[in-house]
Amino acid sequence: MTDIEKTADGVADLQITQSAHGMPHHHRMIFLALLVVALIAPFTLYPVFLMKVLCFALFACAFNLLLGFGGLLSFGHAAYFGAASYVSAHAAKVWGLTPELAILTGTLAAAVLGVVFGSLAIRRQGIYFAMVTLAFAQMIYFFSLQAPFTGGEDGIQAVPRGRLFGLIDLRSDFTLYFVVLAITFAGILFIYRIIHSPFGQVLKAIRENEPRAVSLGYRTTQYKLAVFVLSATLSGLAGATKALVFQIATLTDVHWSMSGEVVLMTLIGGMGTVFGPIAGAVVIVTAQNYLAGFGAWVTIIQGAIFVTCVLLFRQGIVGVLARLLRKPL
Amino acid sequence: MLFDLLGVTPQALFSQLLLGLINGSFYAMLSLGLAIIFGLLNIINFTHGAQYMLGAFGSWMLLHYTGLNYWYALFLVPIAVGFTGVILERLLISRLYHLDHLYGLLLTFGLALIIQGLLRNEYGISGKPYAIPEQLRGGQNLGFMFLPNYRAWVIAVSIVVCFGTWYMIERTRLGAYLRAATENPTLVNAFGINVPLMITATYGFGVALAALAGVLAAPIYSVHPNMGADLIIVVFAVVVIGGMGSILGAILTGFGLGLVEGLTRVFYPEASAVVIFVIMAIVLLVKPAGLFGRTV
Repeated sequence: MTDIEKTADGVADLQITQSAHGMPHHHRMIFLALLVVALIAPFTLYPVFLMKVLCFALFACAFNLLLGFGGLLSFGHAAYFGAASYVSAHAAKVWGLTPELAILTGTLAAAVLGVVFGSLAIRRQGIYFAMVTLAFAQMIYFFSLQAPFTGGEDGIQAVPRGRLFGLIDLRSDFTLYFVVLAITFAGILFIYRIIHSPFGQVLKAIRENEPRAVSLGYRTTQYKLAVFVLSATLSGLAGATKALVFQIATLTDVHWSMSGEVVLMTLIGGMGTVFGPIAGAVVIVTAQNYLAGFGAWVTIIQGAIFVTCVLLFRQGIVGVLARLLRKPL
Repeated sequence: MLFDLLGVTPQALFSQLLLGLINGSFYAMLSLGLAIIFGLLNIINFTHGAQYMLGAFGSWMLLHYTGLNYWYALFLVPIAVGFTGVILERLLISRLYHLDHLYGLLLTFGLALIIQGLLRNEYGISGKPYAIPEQLRGGQNLGFMFLPNYRAWVIAVSIVVCFGTWYMIERTRLGAYLRAATENPTLVNAFGINVPLMITATYGFGVALAALAGVLAAPIYSVHPNMGADLIIVVFAVVVIGGMGSILGAILTGFGLGLVEGLTRVFYPEASAVVIFVIMAIVLLVKPAGLFGRTV
């Protein structure tokens, strides 16, 4: 197995030697710095905006787990994000579940969807995989448009935030912020753990050279399905949390443009890096916030960023930083 | 008798089948273009939907700004849009051939966003009406159903274009070069055939096919900037079902799925939007390489 890792770039090599002794020092420092910034931020910035950044950071990290480490480009991750958003909104509003249970139900729905679509999609590779995932996501979009409980064009509105564990009132944005921060941080640390586990190393081996991984005796299909389901589940966690933050679940969450956005965040931040998707989410959500008044220009700018990133900036922000600092980030 | 049993009128059944065949013509033309482009360039052209929309918009603009009617549009618009495709390929897409195909998908996705966004900025999201050309108005009463002339025309043109393309690729010398270059571009280049030129021309041709489909669609569907975005995803599913290995396969799958969709609209309308995706799931279970696919 170590042989295969050596075929990967030097960055991956470094990671392996250090991960044997737990989290490398500079990663620990970055996580601490991010946590400190995140704890101070709500005192100066609008908490709802920050919560949006957090939800999308988790979504992008979950997506990057699949693309950057599994080498699988899903063009339909909005399905898991959006389905979880609808289910948790429905659970909180109609079933009256407490927020933690509503989020859990939504996440579980995304996991189930991930198992079903993942097991079908991994039967095709490369470009077909992207098309299959996109097509399944479109199916969920049409379903959400027609199903009785999703509210059609209006979506599910006025979702109650409720009381966490029946005790803590989440109506205050400030309180909710710290709950969302805890969820996101736990999610991202969990992804970090997956990437640096033996399972994550096998994933990288499959990404680099699947036939070789097969010849070494790994059942690559099972690994691919597992990472797909993990990625879908964590995307669902992000979507379910988002539904409670904005108290709404709409067709936007399941639309293909949402799938495109998460690809863009990962691409601009740096795919296959630990911190890239977080940076990408910050950049894109901030840009959307400032460009909100410009209508269709948002789409045009996003398209232009896609084109620029693909042609000139394939390593992404964090990828370039990692190269300059000569440290895996 | 049979119709009483099924609970539908023959008029409803045949008119939905006709509509299915119309959709099928568009699926066939678009998936054919995607398959040809994929064969030689090894990229999935996400911009295809936007280029189909440009075809429809181009004919609307030609009428609106210059007064040139449908018959001019039928020739001028595919050539113009195909030419923009040639420029895109030369300037941008050709820089990605040495990379993983996923980058081609992402680049063309970005281009589609730009094109759709620009037109949405300029013309809004409301549909622009485009009248059916005078010569093709009216219809024929076939006894069991009414056949509008324009719809018959669309199906006929698309069949001719699809099989013309098939003939060109499978039966002519140029097509033989193209198939050889699909198999092994380096070797064909070594034989003195200008493969980069052929790649550019192929992309331009695939894009022109999409634009032609757009011109044909303009009088049927209203012309608006997002008309290609949702269609292209269905066409992706069609391509997954058919497999991109065979030209004839792409054509047959396109028409066949259009018909299936039409039938679904008669018997279970709620499912008509998703039936193609469901078929895709079944095909993935039973024959993962696709109905006409050669490799997985």
